Amino acid sequence: MSRALALAHRLSGIALAFFLPAHFWVLSRALELDAFLAWTEQPAVKAAEWGLVTLLALHLAGGLRVLALEFLPWRDWAKGLAALAAGFTVAAGLAFALAL
Amino acid sequence: MSATLHVRVWRGGADGAFREYEVPRRESQTVLDVVTHIQRALDPTLAYRFACRVGMCGSCAMTVNGAPRWTCRTHVDTVARDGTLTIGPLRNLPVIRDLVADMREFFDKWARAQGQFKGRRTRADDFERISPESEARRRADAAIECIGCGVCYAACDVVAANPAYLGPAALNRAWTLVNDVRDAAQPERLRAVAGDDASLACHTHMSCTERCPKALSPTAGIAGLKRAVSRAALQGKL
Amino acid sequence: MSRRAETLLWVAQRASAAVLGVCVLVHLATIIYAVQGGLTGAEILARTRGNTAWFTFYTVFVIAVAVHAPIGLRAVLAEWFGWRGRARDFALIAFAVVLAGMGLQAVSGVFA
Repeated sequence: MSRALALAHRLSGIALAFFLPAHFWVLSRALELDAFLAWTEQPAVKAAEWGLVTLLALHLAGGLRVLALEFLPWRDWAKGLAALAAGFTVAAGLAFALAL
Repeated sequence: MSATLHVRVWRGGADGAFREYEVPRRESQTVLDVVTHIQRALDPTLAYRFACRVGMCGSCAMTVNGAPRWTCRTHVDTVARDGTLTIGPLRNLPVIRDLVADMREFFDKWARAQGQFKGRRTRADDFERISPESEARRRADAAIECIGCGVCYAACDVVAANPAYLGPAALNRAWTLVNDVRDAAQPERLRAVAGDDASLACHTHMSCTERCPKALSPTAGIAGLKRAVSRAALQGKL
Repeated sequence: MSRRAETLLWVAQRASAAVLGVCVLVHLATIIYAVQGGLTGAEILARTRGNTAWFTFYTVFVIAVAVHAPIGLRAVLAEWFGWRGRARDFALIAFAVVLAGMGLQAVSGVFA
């Protein structure tokens, strides 16, 4: 489980690193925000937004797991962290999907 | 349970191939029993390592159905669910022949991680008194039972991705020495385990901890090294 | 790069991760809350323009990202693409500068 989560953590990080410049670029054009927001109403864009939120939640959860393993005194409960991280990701994705 | 096992065994060097054997299935059979049968009854040219065959020495470590294990401690019933087995040499190490891996790099990295004790006292001095209950000794004792079998090294994804990475066993050993208050080589050791090819390269996949046949946790030791090394760097002591 | 420098990069990665942990949670919660209400450009900007607190928050967020993302990519480039050494590090510094520049520009656009 840890290996799968670690791979997902890395892939989500790469995806976010590519996404962020685009995100910053769009936001810097705040004057045309309404036209952009109209475009974001499309279902394909909504789906992409959900994907990004899920990737972000996944990367955060995986990252918190790494920080816990590296800085907190753990024993056997470390094994459960991967599952916890996966659970948080699903929850965040659901929350966003419901909000849409 | 079928009467025979279909066993694929790696034969040759790096450019070798899997060869198939039919092995009679027996009760309480271990994977080492299977390899031994092939060599004695089917193909005497098969090369493999073993010594104690009772789970103490770690010599019989091989890749069984994709995972590194001690073959003397692996019951066929646990791994051969559909009557088949695939056996190969340990991953991440050069193959000498068949199931025998070249362990030199594994032990060279042990040395590069300053995995040797350097004492301060001579035979003229009195014994140094170390309480087994002290925090540092507890930490060292939790990691001290490593017998250098190479299973963690074979399981590690970072070793696979970075040929220069020292690996979990070498770093685990360094951790036991970092916690040994008698040791005089701490500054060199911290330098040895810092940097892109040492403790900081570990991504906490925890394959080492998962597969260690002695239930050690190199991940925990490496985390400790990360903290020790970053503390030293921030204090300008690295 | 010296062992000390590589170690300090690792420290920067973990420190920025801790900062981002907080920032991302706040950001996610804010976005989910904003999406629930539906948003128009005017509505968003009315809340954000001239808001010093949010301006500071997102400036810190951008700087943390500009530190964290390139160091993260550094390991990926080495392990999956075999790219190690000076050229890789210079490329990543350039990426950090681009991220920081674009990010701060976005923050000014929305919060200044």
